[in-house]
Amino acid sequence: MTQKMQITLTVNGTRHELLAEPRELLIHVLRERLNLTGPHIGCETSHCGACTVTMGGRSVKSCTVFAAQADGAEITTIEGLGTPDALHPLQEAFREHHGLQCGFCTPGMITRAAQLLKENPDPTEAEVRFGMAGNLCRCTGYQNIVKAVLAAAATINSAKEAAE
Amino acid sequence: MIPAAFAYHRPGDLPAALALLQQYGDEARVIAGGHSLIPMMKLRMAEVPHLIDLQAIESLRGIRIEGRQITLGAMVTQQDLIAHQGLGQSAPILREAAIQIADPQVRAMGTVGGNVANGDPGNDMPGLMQCLGAIFHVTGPEGPRTLPARGFYESAYMTARAESEILTAVSFEVPTGGQAYEKQKRKIGDYATAAAAVIVRREGTTCTAASIAMTNLSDVPVWSEAAGAALVGTPCDDAATRNAIAAMLADIDPAGDNRGPVEFKRHTAGIILARAIARAWSRA
Repeated sequence: MTQKMQITLTVNGTRHELLAEPRELLIHVLRERLNLTGPHIGCETSHCGACTVTMGGRSVKSCTVFAAQADGAEITTIEGLGTPDALHPLQEAFREHHGLQCGFCTPGMITRAAQLLKENPDPTEAEVRFGMAGNLCRCTGYQNIVKAVLAAAATINSAKEAAE
Repeated sequence: MIPAAFAYHRPGDLPAALALLQQYGDEARVIAGGHSLIPMMKLRMAEVPHLIDLQAIESLRGIRIEGRQITLGAMVTQQDLIAHQGLGQSAPILREAAIQIADPQVRAMGTVGGNVANGDPGNDMPGLMQCLGAIFHVTGPEGPRTLPARGFYESAYMTARAESEILTAVSFEVPTGGQAYEKQKRKIGDYATAAAAVIVRREGTTCTAASIAMTNLSDVPVWSEAAGAALVGTPCDDAATRNAIAAMLADIDPAGDNRGPVEFKRHTAGIILARAIARAWSRA
């Protein structure tokens, strides 16, 4: 049993200091310590993307990051994107375009899509498919997910233009 | 899946990392992006009592293009590499290979250094670096030294890097000529069933130089000198391509596995190399 270490994570804007074993995975710390159960544990082998969060401005699979590696990082989970009363445009678009059925992959899909739209605010359909290739859906199918991401991009861009 | 317990170290510079490696010896391993090592630790196929995280070492970062020389710090991620505009112009084959590695999230963590140092025959960068004639820079207790990519790989996961050394950077000359990286894989995120890196130089209608390397078709990457030589002095037509494929097939030694039996892999290797030669030549 190795010693626990003090780590600091800023998650969805809130700073948390906690003791963790180095071998604890980021997904477990988020779900079990911070009670952020939006990011899901799917394959646990960095294939499915259900555990996707944003860490330091990059989309990562939190099942394949040790909490110790994340020490000091800023992290965004699905809980940081919208609320039931004020949905993020991506959440609204997934609802509108039937981008989910069972919902298991959805938090990872939306968290990844949010980062993708930050990096590329006006993607083509091909760019959405390429940019979302690390997230697997096993029931809805990808057509409506891609439609939803493109629709959200349009919504976000027109809101930006209106603000300018 | 929870790995065995370990102690975590995050040294701030290279001497500190080397000192930790010295101190803990066989019990220590360095971690870059961790997307090969962490899955192995979770499966308990790797046990690492002391994990030395390289993320805080600034000198391992950065992409430098100085004159004809390109240097990639070991901690440059595949995502960094894909996004770098200068690199996209100077050595487009890097981007073409990197976008075919894993998926966006894995590329955000996975590094060039990890990809070349791990010695996994499935990794794409080792073959590419052999095609480019790259030099690997390692530093150990006795100081830095350089190792050619073409002599670096000994067998699966065994390389010329000593356990006490850390791979710090990869460098190569700006490649001239047409370049192509072609990869056959079963699905996004998969390792290659067969992949080919090809660089060809052209004067008029004649090929004047060629470099060809193959991935995941042996327990090490295969730089096929004979395959390249088969193109030189030819117009890179069908006959020359057939000769290059025959030479390449004599150099590879694929094993049958869940990507297919040996015959299928040899067949695929030929098709992939033909495509890569054609595309590289069209860009030369």
